[in-house]
Parts: sequence; C-alpha cells; structure tokens
Amino acid sequence: MYRIAKANLNALYAAIAASKELYLPVRSAGKTNFAAWTEGAEVDLDTLKTVRSPKDAFFPQSENLYTCDRTDGKISITPEALQEKPFVVFGMKACDVRGVAVLDKVFLSEPVDSYYAARREKGIIVSLACSRPAVSCFCQTFGIDCAAPEGDVATWMAGEYLYWLPQSEKGEALTAELAALLEETDDAAVAEEKASIAAICDRLPLKGLSLENWGAAAADKNFDSPLWEQLYKPCLACGTCTFVCPTCQCYDIKDYSTGTGVQRFRCWDSCMYSDFTMMAHGNNRTSQLQRFRQRFMHKLAYFPANNDGMFSCVGCGRCVDKCPSHLNIVKVIKAFGKEGV
Amino acid sequence: MQELIHRAKSLLESGEVSRVLGWKKGENVFDVEPAFFATAEELENFVYNGFCGANLSKYMIEASTWEGKTLVFLKPCDTYSFNQLCKEHRIDREKAYIIGVGCKGKLKAEKLGAENILDVQGAGYPDCSDTLKVTTLYGEQEVAYKDAMLERCHVCKGKEHQVYDELIGESVDTCDADRFAEVAKIEAMSPEEKFAFFQAELSKCIRCNACRNVCPACSCRKCIFDSTKFDSNQKANTTSFEEKMFHIIRAFHVAGRCTDCGECSRVCPQGIPLHLFNRKFIKDINNLYGEYQAGVDIDAKAPLTSFRTDDAEPGVGRG
Amino acid sequence: MSEPMHECKYNPGFMRDTLIPQVALITDIRTETPDVKTFRVERPEGGKLFEHLPGQCAMVCVPGVGEAMFSITSSPTNKLYQEFSIKRCGVLTEHLHSMQAGDQILVRGPYGNNFPVEGELKGKNLLFIAGGIALAPLRSVINYVLDNRENYGDIDILYGSRSADDLVQRKEIEEVWSKVPGVKVHLTIDREQEGWDGHVGFVPSYLKELAFDTNRTAILCGPPIMIKFCLQGLKEMGFAMEQVYTTLELRMKCGVGKCGRCNIGTKYVCKDGPVFRFDQVDELPNEY
Repeated sequence: MYRIAKANLNALYAAIAASKELYLPVRSAGKTNFAAWTEGAEVDLDTLKTVRSPKDAFFPQSENLYTCDRTDGKISITPEALQEKPFVVFGMKACDVRGVAVLDKVFLSEPVDSYYAARREKGIIVSLACSRPAVSCFCQTFGIDCAAPEGDVATWMAGEYLYWLPQSEKGEALTAELAALLEETDDAAVAEEKASIAAICDRLPLKGLSLENWGAAAADKNFDSPLWEQLYKPCLACGTCTFVCPTCQCYDIKDYSTGTGVQRFRCWDSCMYSDFTMMAHGNNRTSQLQRFRQRFMHKLAYFPANNDGMFSCVGCGRCVDKCPSHLNIVKVIKAFGKEGV
Repeated sequence: MQELIHRAKSLLESGEVSRVLGWKKGENVFDVEPAFFATAEELENFVYNGFCGANLSKYMIEASTWEGKTLVFLKPCDTYSFNQLCKEHRIDREKAYIIGVGCKGKLKAEKLGAENILDVQGAGYPDCSDTLKVTTLYGEQEVAYKDAMLERCHVCKGKEHQVYDELIGESVDTCDADRFAEVAKIEAMSPEEKFAFFQAELSKCIRCNACRNVCPACSCRKCIFDSTKFDSNQKANTTSFEEKMFHIIRAFHVAGRCTDCGECSRVCPQGIPLHLFNRKFIKDINNLYGEYQAGVDIDAKAPLTSFRTDDAEPGVGRG
Repeated sequence: MSEPMHECKYNPGFMRDTLIPQVALITDIRTETPDVKTFRVERPEGGKLFEHLPGQCAMVCVPGVGEAMFSITSSPTNKLYQEFSIKRCGVLTEHLHSMQAGDQILVRGPYGNNFPVEGELKGKNLLFIAGGIALAPLRSVINYVLDNRENYGDIDILYGSRSADDLVQRKEIEEVWSKVPGVKVHLTIDREQEGWDGHVGFVPSYLKELAFDTNRTAILCGPPIMIKFCLQGLKEMGFAMEQVYTTLELRMKCGVGKCGRCNIGTKYVCKDGPVFRFDQVDELPNEY
C-alpha cells in the first residue's frame, strides 16, 4: 500500500501525463465527465458518478475505422492506426471497472475487435473506491464491492491522502514509474475507509435488489409477459439510458464524406431508436414496446445466457438518475421479481 | 391529490373517459413517471406533487389515436403545449378530458442532491411548504422550496390554464425573474464569448435525443435527423460542428411553435440550457412581429407562418 | 465461423479485423429480372476474395452510400469468383444497380454459419423450395450439391415468382440444373402469362400438388408469407421440423455479433445464422 497527499495530486497527474495520456473526471460547464487531463483542468474526484461512463476510453462514442479514397475509379483503404500510446484512466469506480469486463466479453471474444483490443492493451485502469455511494446505486446486486474496486491500481480517498494499491502487473509498473511521488504505508486507513463504505452500503435503499426471475432462464419465459405493455408506456424512445450506460455496446457504422473520400466510422447506437433494426425491406422491431423489451432482455437475460451468467448491468444507477421519464432497469427488475411471470 | 384521484375514479367509473393520463409514484419520492391508468385500482399509485414536472401533452398524440377519451392532467404551462399541438392537428381536443391542476412550482431533484435523497417532506400537493425537509443518506437538510425549483418556474408564464374542462387546486405565483434576462446576458457577450459559452455547453451533448423526444413541438412523424437519406442521422458528434448543428437546426424547426415549456432543459442529462435557444427566438419574434405566445390562442395567426406587407425583414430593415 | 477469415494485412499486429473490407472489382453484371441483378466480384488483381461455404453471407459496401449483408449466391465450388444476386429495394441496392462492370466496391466476409452440406444434408434426398429473390441463398447450395452429385440423393427444386420475368437465374435453371440426372425442377408463376406453358399458382399450393414423401430434407427460403404456408404444407405431408432448413435476415452492421442489432432472443442471425433449422426457429422469441 502506498499513499500520496491529496495536495500533491496535481504532481501525480503531471507525472502520469508526462509519458501517457491521462483521462480522469473533469468538471466543465457544470457537469463532470471523463476528459483528458490538461494543466489547470478542474479535476473532480468528489462527484460520485460522471454523466457519461468512462467506457469512452476503450469504446469511444465515435471512432474512425478506415479512410477510403477513390482515384480514377480505384478504391484504396487506409485503416485507422490502432492505439499505440499507453494511457491511464484514473478514478474509475468499481461498477465502471466491471463494465469494462462486460465490454471485454463482447469485443475480445472471437473474432477480436482490434480497435478495442489495442486500447485494452494500452489502457491502465486506476480505480477509486466510492466514499459516498448514492441512493441509485445497486452494484451489490451484481456482486461488486465499491469499497474494493478491481483495476490495475485501486485507490481510496481517506483523510488528507489518496491511498494507492497496485493490483496487476500493469499496476505495479505504473507504481514503479511514480515511485518518487508515492510513499509506502500500512493499510489501516484503507481498512477504516472500507468499513465506513460498507456501513453506508448497508443502508442503501436498493440493497437486496434481487435478480430472481432474471438470468439465462428468463430468456424464454419473460419475453411474452404482459408486464412489458405496462412498463414501456412512458418511454420517450430517447437514448439517454444507453448512452450513459457503462455496458451498452451497440454500435452503428457510418460514412462521413471528407470531400475526396469517405471516412468510415463507428459510433454508439441505441436499441431504443426507431431505425435501429430498420432495413430497406422491413423492420423486425416496429414498436417501442419491442425496443424497450429488447434492451432489458438483453441486459438481464440474453447476455447472461450467452456469457456464463454474467449480467450486462453493473448497477451504476446512471439510467436511474437520468431517464427523463424516470423509467429504469430497477423498476423492470422489480416488476418481474414481484409478480413472477 | 386525493381530490384528483377521486375525480379520476368517478370519470372512469361513469365511462366518460376510458383512461387517465397522469403521474405515477416511483421508487423514490422524486422519480415520478408519466403513466396511463386504466382502472380505479391502478389509480392508487397516482401521484401529484412538486416532482411532477413532466409535461403530459405530448403523450396525447398517441392517446388521440385510441378509442375513447383520455383524462389528462395538465399544469398551467402544459396547457400551452396542448393548445399548440391542437393547432398543429397533432392531437384531437375531442379525445381529451382536461383537468387543469394547480401548480406551486415544480422541483428539480438535482438541486436537492438527488443522488442521495431518501425522502423529501414538504413537496406534496396541495400542502407543499416553503421549506423542504430533505433526508439524505448523509444527513438531513432544509432547502427553501424556491431554491429547488426548475428554472422555468422562476420565469413562469402565469398560472392560468389556457385550455381545460375543469380546474382543481390552487396555484402559487412563482415568477421571480425576467424570462429574457439570460438571453439578454448572452446577447451582450462578444462573439468570442458567445462561441466559448455555447461550445462549452454543447460539447457535453451525447446526442441522446431526449430534448427532441420530450419536446411537444418536435412531433414530426419522422424527424429529419432520423432520415437515412441524409448524413445527419449520425448518432455521434463526428465533428464539433455537428452537435451545434443539431441543436441550432432543432431550435429553428420549433421557432414560433415552441411554447417555452422548458422540458428540453429539464430532461437533458448533461444539463445543457437548451431553452436559451428557443427563448432567443421568442424574444426576437416578440421584438420583430409583436408579442406572441405560442399555445395561447389556437386560432391566432402565428408570426412565422403568416405574411403582412408591413412585416419586419431583419437585416433589411422595416419593409 | 466455419472458415477462417482472411488475414488482415492492414493491421499486422492482429490476425484480422473483420470490420476492414477488401477492395473488390465488379467483373460482370447480369440482369436477371426487372429488379434483380447478379454481380460477379473478384480481387482487382484477379482471383477470389475469400473462400466461403454454402449459405454464408458477406457485407457489400459502396463507400459513402451504405453497406449491407447479402448472401453469396455463387457456390464455393466456383474457384474463380463470387456472385451476389441483389434486388433493388433501397438506397444501397439502387446505387449498386447503377454500377457497371469495372467499378470497384468493398466486400468483407464471409459471415455466418452455412448449410450442413458435408453434415446432415449428405446422402439425403433434397427438396429446395424458393420464392423470388430468395433463390439467391439456395443457389450456392444447389450448385455445391450438383458439383458433388454423388454425395446426395434425388433433388427437387421448386421455385416460383410473380411472373416468368421475375424468375432469377432462369438460364442456369433451364440449361444446367434441369439437365442433371436425378434433378427435377418445378417452376411456377403466380398468374397466367402469355408464352408461359409451365405451372401457374403460388409456391405453397404447387408444393401440395407435388405431394412429396418425407424421405428428404427440405430447404425453404422466401418471403415470410410463403414460408408460413409452405411450412404448413410440409407439416401436413408429415415433415418434422428437424427436416426443414431456412435462412433468416435482419439488419446487420458488424456481421460478427457485436453491434447488437440482429439478435432474436439469445441468437445473433449474423453469427449463429443465417441458416436455421425450423425446430431451432421455433425456439426463438417471435421477433423476426
């Protein structure tokens, strides 16, 4: 266990940024989101949840795949360079770190997505324990401990210090690079902080949220439930829930005209959007009920069925906080839990 | 609130309406959701309190296509949107039974520290109090009701319902600011300052389309931004220009029809003050063509869709 | 994925990235019907783009216009090129129809599973049933089977379309398929037409008239309404759902089960399909 005085964090950021890209929560125009660190950036480690999840660091909202040029009718393709520079994502919460594990299941399964794989290889996750979990948090439901986050390095804020614990080879290497700024210490303060977090977690209103009636077995039995008809009605068909979600991974592939050629890029897409499954000759999900059902069935039934029981939700609660109609996955989980099917 | 439930039940029972469109209790005091109620039993979950900011008018577009009348509860500001949608022939007045509900200002949970709220006392209706007692995970706090209100309530257009079948409940005037003050402040900025301001705000946009989808003026069956024949149905900000383009074009599309209901700013997950675009248009329309408030008079000629020989021609001078 | 995908020469650090296409040269375009053309593609320097198996698909892209999944209609036994039969029905297909031989496009693949020509279908009598453009996915199997004739039993091909002019690959059907021993071709069109002396009537009713015995495996492709009634007909004849194959088609972007849009329940049509047996289809939620 190491520590660094909070007052010295700026020096830590500068040291990391000297050789790597550094992404961390930055407050700008009244909201905190992960952004590249620059000298003078308003780093905000107190806001529990960034509006967007840090999944951007590995799976950006928009990224070029290749550029396509046409000369004399001949097409040539130049693939976008893969991530080469190492980077650090600092301040990821336990739920968001698990979110990356969910994305891994998708992008690192065969055939491997090389754009994502390169970022995973070059990316170093420095997680941060949640000192003040919120009412909308339910990571416990997915077996996540926000007091002991996964990641290459785990950190805790306690008193005047940030405590630092490498947890992987990458984490050890980063720690060695920053040795001049970190001092060794015992884990008494962290143990105390963990106990304090655990005490708060015990009081969270969503503690004990049960996934009974969900999981692989729900893939068949929940599909035709009349509950969907009641649940989807207020849905505005916007993409807020999908775009703030750390595990939503649906994407679209599109073209952007550069004038002389075409940039083919991919960008986040939302299963809530009306044209998501539309083809020239038809659409298999024409109603918002179907699209709404797809999102939750995917997270809570289809994904676990295809991934050894792992849910595609980490209980970060962003959708709970942000849905304009206050619909959310908790209401869906509970509706099925209560009434069975 | 019991009065509203009681009235809804009796209208359902008598068969006058086939369903009720209102607000439903959520998991927490503040996460009220818009909902349709079909039975007296379901109405037990009906709620009307300070957190019922959602404007239900837009849901009437779909409800207008269903059999029978829908009882819809509308706050004073919601009725402007309802009228405007009637004017645009998007909803059918005959399919609605409107109960105008009193309003004492609506709250923004975020201003109370939404993520930690366990309970809020004093936000009920009709007996809301000047001070909210907020119980959070990390202790109690008291917040003046006014300090937790939505921006739009501070510049309220008035507590008179523009359309209704009956009225229930008293309102309280919450207006304590000039509706165009913020716009004037931006107008006074230098071009560089303006650009920096909007750049900072709009670069937060995640293109979730919540503003568009909640907007009662955005009622096109198919939005231009969803057209696959057009480069703009791109869900991401491919360039820093595009995010601005989306919001500015949207503001142009709703100009003259926007009632300033404030839903766009209420739902934006990134807290972008989108209402400022619309309000700029309203301010300019007022200045150029005379005072006009969309949603007041269904039969009034709208300034941007009517022509007079003495119309102002901005940039050209009076014609 | 039954066949390994081509190595990605663009990203040497990785074996492959399936999202990067190959440049393909259109070497021939045949007009099949008023709204269907068959495109032959090869590498610009000559030769096949990749190896595939019968039933597999590939993403065809015109940069700046669009990209969509099409079944590869040529048989893997064709060692020279690949073919796609494409019906004009949207922005991309409209553009493809305006293209000429010598134009270049982008193709990536192959994607998806395949008809079990070396597995469950081997040694069986086969009944192919297709309507309209849906002959495209079956053509790759039919030609594969005909090129390995000794491995299969009797073959019946029941194919129908709106009119005689809408029959795809008519030349090949009449001049090649009909002449192979043990192959019977049954053509039908929806309505009487001058110059047509063949069968008239919808595919499902012709299927009933033909009254096949159940000692065969059926492969059924066509518009949903045709599938529905043909399936009913096959059931009445005593076919088990395990004896009938089809292909499904949904909107796709990536082709490898990651972009999240072509799933029906837990199955992704792009990688778990497009070929399904009807007993498998029956297990899927009703959303296709």
